Amino acid sequence: MTTAVTDPLAVADAHWRRLSPRMLLIHPIIELGRAVPALIGLLVAGSSSGNGSAWGVIGALIVIALGVLRWFTTRFQITPEQIQLRRGLVRRVTIAAPLDRVRTVDVTAHLLHRALGLAKVVIGTGTSDRKGRGGLVLDGLSSTAASRLRGELLHRDESHPSPAPGASEEQEIARLDPSWVRYAPFTLSGAITSVAVLGFGWRLNNEAHVNFSRLGPLRTIRDQLRHTSALLDVGAIMVAGIAIVSIAATIGYALAFWGFRLTRHDGGSLHVSRGLITSRATSIEARRLVGAEISEPLLLRAVGGARCLAIATGLRVGRGAERGGQVLLPPAPRGVVMSVAASVLGSAAPESTELVAHPRAALRRRLVRSVTGSVALSVVFGALVVLTGISPYVWFASLGLVALAVPLAYDRYRSLGHAIVDGYVVTRIGSLVRRRSALSGEAIIGWNFSSSFFQRRAGLTTLTATTAAGKQAYDVCDIAEDDAIAFADAASPGLLAQFAA
Amino acid sequence: MSDLRLRAPANRVSPTARWYWAIRALLGWLLVFTVETVVWLATPESTVGHIFVLAATLALATLHLIVMPQWRYRVHRWETTDTAVYTQSGWFTQERRIAPLARIQTVDTHRGPFEQLFGLANVTVTTASAAGPLHIHGLTLATAEALVDELIHRTHAGGDGT
Repeated sequence: MTTAVTDPLAVADAHWRRLSPRMLLIHPIIELGRAVPALIGLLVAGSSSGNGSAWGVIGALIVIALGVLRWFTTRFQITPEQIQLRRGLVRRVTIAAPLDRVRTVDVTAHLLHRALGLAKVVIGTGTSDRKGRGGLVLDGLSSTAASRLRGELLHRDESHPSPAPGASEEQEIARLDPSWVRYAPFTLSGAITSVAVLGFGWRLNNEAHVNFSRLGPLRTIRDQLRHTSALLDVGAIMVAGIAIVSIAATIGYALAFWGFRLTRHDGGSLHVSRGLITSRATSIEARRLVGAEISEPLLLRAVGGARCLAIATGLRVGRGAERGGQVLLPPAPRGVVMSVAASVLGSAAPESTELVAHPRAALRRRLVRSVTGSVALSVVFGALVVLTGISPYVWFASLGLVALAVPLAYDRYRSLGHAIVDGYVVTRIGSLVRRRSALSGEAIIGWNFSSSFFQRRAGLTTLTATTAAGKQAYDVCDIAEDDAIAFADAASPGLLAQFAA
Repeated sequence: MSDLRLRAPANRVSPTARWYWAIRALLGWLLVFTVETVVWLATPESTVGHIFVLAATLALATLHLIVMPQWRYRVHRWETTDTAVYTQSGWFTQERRIAPLARIQTVDTHRGPFEQLFGLANVTVTTASAAGPLHIHGLTLATAEALVDELIHRTHAGGDGT
């Protein structure tokens, strides 16, 4: 069929889509929120000249106009090869990414979004977006448009005609059991949240001159503490601290993981949805998922819990409880974590097989490190006690660290292990957070062998598998030199043989 | 498991690199000496202490400047084959890196001011992993350019190298 040749740009223009018009209600509010410091500045500056409120209103209007402009200038389209995003009025930016580079689609909706039935879509296209900003972000599609877009991006399988949207089969791998909240206090996130709250309170105290010692309940507590002995005080503060941290962690867990569901869709892509107030849905394309990591923070391990993370290309490596988009299972009983990992990897063996232990020299290195480290610390504290006359309890506390050094070293050594199972390279490391990573051999890009002077003397080396996924590098720490070479050779056949002695 | 043992990569870097490493380290030490001298001038009371610190620094610097470049030169090696790049670097901590050519994303050369003075160049081979770039330091410019040409011609990346 031949048609008159029209301007190709005009044809393309017809396919440009916009964000949801309901975004007009949100963008101005968000921009207003971002501009609050500037607006306050305007108000203050204006008030000295006598018409502060007028300046404030003008400032607010400009900000709202910018928000409206953002809707008018943001457009996107999906061509057979690419997804293109255009935005900006003064500085026009067109971002284009080939469709076959799309690795993950992340749909989030915070409170404002959810009230209006909207969602934000973040499209992950590879390592370049690890730094976060400036990627393919569509803030404000209607929820249905967002899930349709996700379908378009992830399930374009040419071999069989695409199924009607919504009709795709999904198989549930895991679903949150509310009783898992009991594991929340054993993660670090509660402590981090509490520190953040304390820090905020401290700044409020210093900068806004809100004097907490004048607040009734806190004053009562302080007066109470003055009348009891120091040891009791420490005990009371610790109990209170643990209680606060536990509550914060439990709330955090519920907020982040409420309604958690892990499902597998037709094309094999994994789909995670979760969140109480801000809902979040992440899709990981099957061929981008190259492994899984089971991580066990010390306390969580003690109570038989663990969590499971995805190792995938194009997923940001997050920090804290949310771990970016890579959570496959929040802190949960170990058995459930194992079965999820088995289902995701297609085999139970990589995460359950007994690992090969590392040479005894690795244990010696761990002992030397933790003992010298803690002894040095207690010497420093001892000197401080003598020189500055601080409470000798500090020094006793540091002696406690020395006592803990040996069991810590043993635990760190016991954590070390490696194996190759079912085409997966498996390595385990760490004590405070023990991580067992199973990475598909095909996803390994290269091998690094690193050894310090002391490692060479002990006949050890640290083998690193580099990859484009997850943390980019997975270490097999302090393995015997010969074993390291054999291990890399077994995982990447033929690569090392050409450099054989 | 097999009895595979790795040999060192075949090619050494340019012998001039020793001078480059020495000069670069010397500059670092000069900075340390400057700081120490400034501290001495600011607190002239404890002359003996300052002389002791300066003497210790001098001894360390001399040892470092004599040992490090030679040691490094013996370690730094590189090799390319039809399918892979293999590098060895470091001195106190040594590292061997192997990457298949099929996974190479970019190959580039880079020359700092002192390297230009010595007619040297670095070659960096990056892969899709943020943790896996292979650096070859201290090549002569001609060798570096030939290496880049060779690598670019041999790299036939299938897929996107991830």
